[in-house]
Amino acid sequence: MNLYQNFLAYFLHCSSCFLHWSKRNWETPVFTVLALAPLFHSAFAGGLGGQITSVFIICIAALGLNVMVGFTGLLHLGIASFFGLGGLFLAILTVPMNPLEIGFLAAVLVSVGITAMIGTLLGSPTLRLRGDYLAIVTLGFGEVVRVLFLNLENVTGGTQGLGPVPPPGFGVFITGIDLGREFVVDSRWFYYLSLIMLFFAVMFVRILEKSSLGRAWIAVREEPLAAATIGISVAKVRLSAFTIAAAIAGLAGCLSVASIGTTGDPNAFGFNRSVAILCAVIIGGLGSVPGTLVGVTILFGFDIVVIPLVDAWMQRLQSQVFEINLFALGSWRLALVGIALIVVMRFRPVGLIPSRRFAAELQEAQQ
Amino acid sequence: MDVASFLQQCGIGITSGVFLGLMAVGYTLVYGTVGLIHFAHGDVVMLGGCLALAILSFLVPLPVAPVTGCLAVILAALCSGLFCGCLNVCIDRFVYRPLRDAPPLSPLVSAIGVSFVLMNVGLVWIGPTDRAFPEIFLASTRSVGGISFLMADLLVLAISVPPLLCLYILLRQTRFGRSLRSIAAITRATARSGEAGKLIGTTFFISGFLGGVASVAAGIHATTINYQMGHQMGLYALTAAVLGGIGSVPGAIVGGLVVGLLRAISVAVLGPRWAMASVFLVLIVFLAFRPQGIYGKSKTRAGQR
Repeated sequence: MNLYQNFLAYFLHCSSCFLHWSKRNWETPVFTVLALAPLFHSAFAGGLGGQITSVFIICIAALGLNVMVGFTGLLHLGIASFFGLGGLFLAILTVPMNPLEIGFLAAVLVSVGITAMIGTLLGSPTLRLRGDYLAIVTLGFGEVVRVLFLNLENVTGGTQGLGPVPPPGFGVFITGIDLGREFVVDSRWFYYLSLIMLFFAVMFVRILEKSSLGRAWIAVREEPLAAATIGISVAKVRLSAFTIAAAIAGLAGCLSVASIGTTGDPNAFGFNRSVAILCAVIIGGLGSVPGTLVGVTILFGFDIVVIPLVDAWMQRLQSQVFEINLFALGSWRLALVGIALIVVMRFRPVGLIPSRRFAAELQEAQQ
Repeated sequence: MDVASFLQQCGIGITSGVFLGLMAVGYTLVYGTVGLIHFAHGDVVMLGGCLALAILSFLVPLPVAPVTGCLAVILAALCSGLFCGCLNVCIDRFVYRPLRDAPPLSPLVSAIGVSFVLMNVGLVWIGPTDRAFPEIFLASTRSVGGISFLMADLLVLAISVPPLLCLYILLRQTRFGRSLRSIAAITRATARSGEAGKLIGTTFFISGFLGGVASVAAGIHATTINYQMGHQMGLYALTAAVLGGIGSVPGAIVGGLVVGLLRAISVAVLGPRWAMASVFLVLIVFLAFRPQGIYGKSKTRAGQR
């Protein structure tokens, strides 16, 4: 694997691509708009900024899942458990009640490392499994992690979660401004932090996709036997996908816990969250980075940003205009998401923005 | 734990294992014919439970004589079986069939979508809290040789075992069963022909029917139902199907019994909050050593991927 030697070269190459405007380059406009948006609207400093931050964070986790499901073709139904593990380790390393209390950056690095290791440990005995069996094992792992979170109260805090997690830059003063306090007061700090991390995650996944490792992933996905005959170690390549997916999801978990300030209810890391992220990746388009981001934005943007807005609006309308109890959108949100999933899959079975390879295959099949 | 209480836990485990097996057969039949994990199955079963609850609260408003109660339960099981069967056929017809030649993960997402919709319907139907299932025997027990067991559990066995026997006869003795067993060999392309389409429809009906019966059994066993029970039981039943070797009907039943026993024993030894984790841990360890499940066919090395 000459990935590691070429990594810097790829990064430079991609950065130069990034600076040059081209039709294929969607990142420049998207990230520019996202970076400039808070300057023009004050709502980003409050609740809306926090909601969009959590969408960014889920985007990062979904990119990790995309490495596994989209590039390598391994069905993973427990990604949220790695998200939760990353956050838990960050909390263990930083909360004041534990003796460690190391700095934010070090804690993130350590917890991402541990999460990646756990991913590798889960991956190594299960490489022999065929597709759907692997899916069930990852599902089971996710549930085991959730139950451990709930039951090991003295380590994880049980249903209460572990907290308070100090914000990044806690205790750091720059020209008299307490950075930690700024992070708590103004949600734009976390907005930018997660936007930058999302940008790096997108870059990282793109670089990987173009590297020899990424091509090996796709070869293994298409036909493991053929990949093995040209000298690709199928087991190693799959294991690397496991590790990288776990690491990226762990990073997302760290950001989430840091922005909320506590690990929260472990049930949020269960099967439902994993499945929702998987659905976002698939309706966006498997193996497609912009597709993943679009899928998460639609699915989680609807759930996190739109539903509260619409509900608040409905309530205002109800109290002002009607006496009768209006049909509350919130109680049907699950069904709305479900119908959206069914409809998208019915009319765009390869996803909203399919990767070029899948799109080409579909055209071939239709001709 | 002494022998008597161990045997008692085994009794509970076998009872829950039988209806988990019924559900697992649903997963396995669908997987065997269309190669899809029917994620909405648990929620179909949950809706069957809701219907049974409605029927039973209509028929048995007050404590009644056990015989009448049993008849009402059997009627409810039949109704909810028919309802779940038809629901499953509709899901197949309108959601899965248009996706027969889509990429393999697309029907999975549709299945998850259906599951969300059904769960929401259940939430609106019976509300967010646990609903008590009408108790026919009011926790009366019989004791044989020091092992006491609930009469309700006997009722569970009485309504779950006959459908399993019928299924066995159907699969072994009839032309339909032979075609069903051979359809696993049919490729995705031929699954679109008319004959195969009918067969797939029938499979979905049978799996739904068994699920409906299982929902009544589960309601009696647990004495409550809620809108998330389909999700919970679905995970256990899916585990059972995978443990037995997904696609194999005897495997699903054996898997159901194993999962039921494991759950009952871990509830007794470790406490209820560890039940799910221990079942899944056993599954992971077992699959690491025997990747194709108990009854699954071992693939050749080249195909093992």
